[in-house]
Amino acid sequence: MTAPGREQRPVLEVVDLVKTYGEGETAVHALAGVSLTVAPGDYVAIMGSSGSGKSTLMNILGCLDVPTSGTYRLDGVDVSELNESQLALVRNRRIGFVFQSFNLIARTSALANVELPLAYAGIKPAVRRERALAALDMVGLANRADHDPNQLSGGQQQRVAVARALVSQPALLLADEPTGNLDSRSTKDVLSILDGLNAQGRTIVLITHEDEVAAHAHRTIRLVDGLIVSDVRRRDIAPVEVPA
Amino acid sequence: MSVFEIFGFALRGVAANKLRSGLTVLGILIGVAAVILLVAVGNGSAKQVEDSLAALGTNTLTVQGGRGGDTGYRTDLTLDIVKALQDRESAPDVKSVSPVVSSSQTLTFGDASYDVNSVIGTYPSYFSASNSVVASGSGFTEEDVDQAARVVVLGPTTAEELFGTVDPVGQRIGIAGQIYSVIGVLAKKGSTGFNDPDDVAIAPLPAVQRSLTGYGPVSSITVEAVNADAVAAAKAEITAILNAKMHVADGASSTPYQIRDASQLLETRTATAETFTVLLGAVAGISLVVGGIGITNIMMVSVTERTREIGIRKALGAPRRVILTQFLIEATLLSLAGGGLGVAAALIGANFEIVGIKPVVMPDSVVLALGVCVAIGLFFGSYPASRAAGLRPIDALRYE
Repeated sequence: MTAPGREQRPVLEVVDLVKTYGEGETAVHALAGVSLTVAPGDYVAIMGSSGSGKSTLMNILGCLDVPTSGTYRLDGVDVSELNESQLALVRNRRIGFVFQSFNLIARTSALANVELPLAYAGIKPAVRRERALAALDMVGLANRADHDPNQLSGGQQQRVAVARALVSQPALLLADEPTGNLDSRSTKDVLSILDGLNAQGRTIVLITHEDEVAAHAHRTIRLVDGLIVSDVRRRDIAPVEVPA
Repeated sequence: MSVFEIFGFALRGVAANKLRSGLTVLGILIGVAAVILLVAVGNGSAKQVEDSLAALGTNTLTVQGGRGGDTGYRTDLTLDIVKALQDRESAPDVKSVSPVVSSSQTLTFGDASYDVNSVIGTYPSYFSASNSVVASGSGFTEEDVDQAARVVVLGPTTAEELFGTVDPVGQRIGIAGQIYSVIGVLAKKGSTGFNDPDDVAIAPLPAVQRSLTGYGPVSSITVEAVNADAVAAAKAEITAILNAKMHVADGASSTPYQIRDASQLLETRTATAETFTVLLGAVAGISLVVGGIGITNIMMVSVTERTREIGIRKALGAPRRVILTQFLIEATLLSLAGGGLGVAAALIGANFEIVGIKPVVMPDSVVLALGVCVAIGLFFGSYPASRAAGLRPIDALRYE
């Protein structure tokens, strides 16, 4: 999926990923051998019904969970060989994660929530604040910086979560059903932000079971029972060119 | 990431949920205050017992004559010995010396008669040595002793038995056929067991000797030491004087006298104090355990409740160390705030009487209560956090 005539290192590359829950006869194969490569600047939607393994795949891609077997390279680094603190570093620097249920920290202002990844990255408070405000501005919530999550609507909370995910300039933005809990208006807002980010060259992988959402992506992968059954690229959109 | 910044996180964490933080502080406050106050109450009641024992006269020594001894000299307790004991130079720790003769007699007043436990003939200093306070009327004086005046001070039990509701002061009573004037009545001391110390009649020594016991040796000598700590020194000085007077050889195996230093009372006091110590230990132990369980509970709940938050922080790339430090600082802040307020509450509470006892705060209990409660708070504040920080982020995020 690389740009023609150009060698690019894929942002993520998984080979034969298997995730099994339980043991013996009751074992459930959430992922039964998934191989996938995503190039920089791509916009991928992973679809599948409930139980197809898409969330499991997402959690492994986000380094929140570990696969039973298979390899996962993120930005050329074999993640399965990293230890706990190195994984924390990877989650902090290379991945931005947007959850279905927002997962903002309660009773903490939007600004402080967005600053959090930068704080863990060890960035100075003044710089941190500036970057967090810029990220909030990007999602159109600069004027809500001092609001706590419970003072924001679902769509606003998810936009704060998107700001938090992109504030550390990650190589990969993962979104696990980012619009699953939102009304259609907020869904539009969030998706247009994601589209904008992708247009700026950000690599995005999102999970959804809604075709309208998947239509925003350039490439749609369908999972059934832990296996990829289709991998379709929209014809009208050429692979994104990204400076190496 | 600097500790200072993590401290900021912790402060925000504490402030973010004021109700939960407040309850945690309250739990620790109650644990610490309860332990300190309970121990203070126990300690206060022990002090009370000690004080009431001291009221019975613990700095007095009683010298009693006895038979035996290998001296061949006179070994009776005579007034000559009393004079020798009164010598300031050889017995500097002795405050007063009171010779005592006593006998059981029947007192009569009008038609009433009463067998008093003991009629005591002594010096005025006996009153203070035996902690006998004259409640009404007055005690007798040195002058009464010189003149062998027939005056008597009655114990409250004796006065009540003999006079009933009549005011005894100024009345005349008969003791073994002799007429005595009642000049005072002692205050109640309260019974200490077998003997009722309030059942006495105290009169000047020569009067009792002349009319009741004869001018022989006295039956005992009550010596008052200058203070409770000087009792041992006074005893040594008395021993030296008596040995010289009675010509007891150095290292003799037995002496013709006995010195009792209110040892029975001291033994009681020691036993009581020991009982209280055990009781206090038990009470403090139970309170600490109960307080500790309360703190454990609230700390576990408040941190476990935040497992999801820990999951979010981990997903955002928080290193385990930073999460642990944050929760340790939070637990420290809450524990110290709770512990400090608990100590303050206990110190304020100790100013009031609790079930009739004035609590006396023991510094040890403050240190112990504070130490244990803060340690428990720290442990159970950071242990669940460490457990949650050790989880894979996805497990912490899914935690319900």
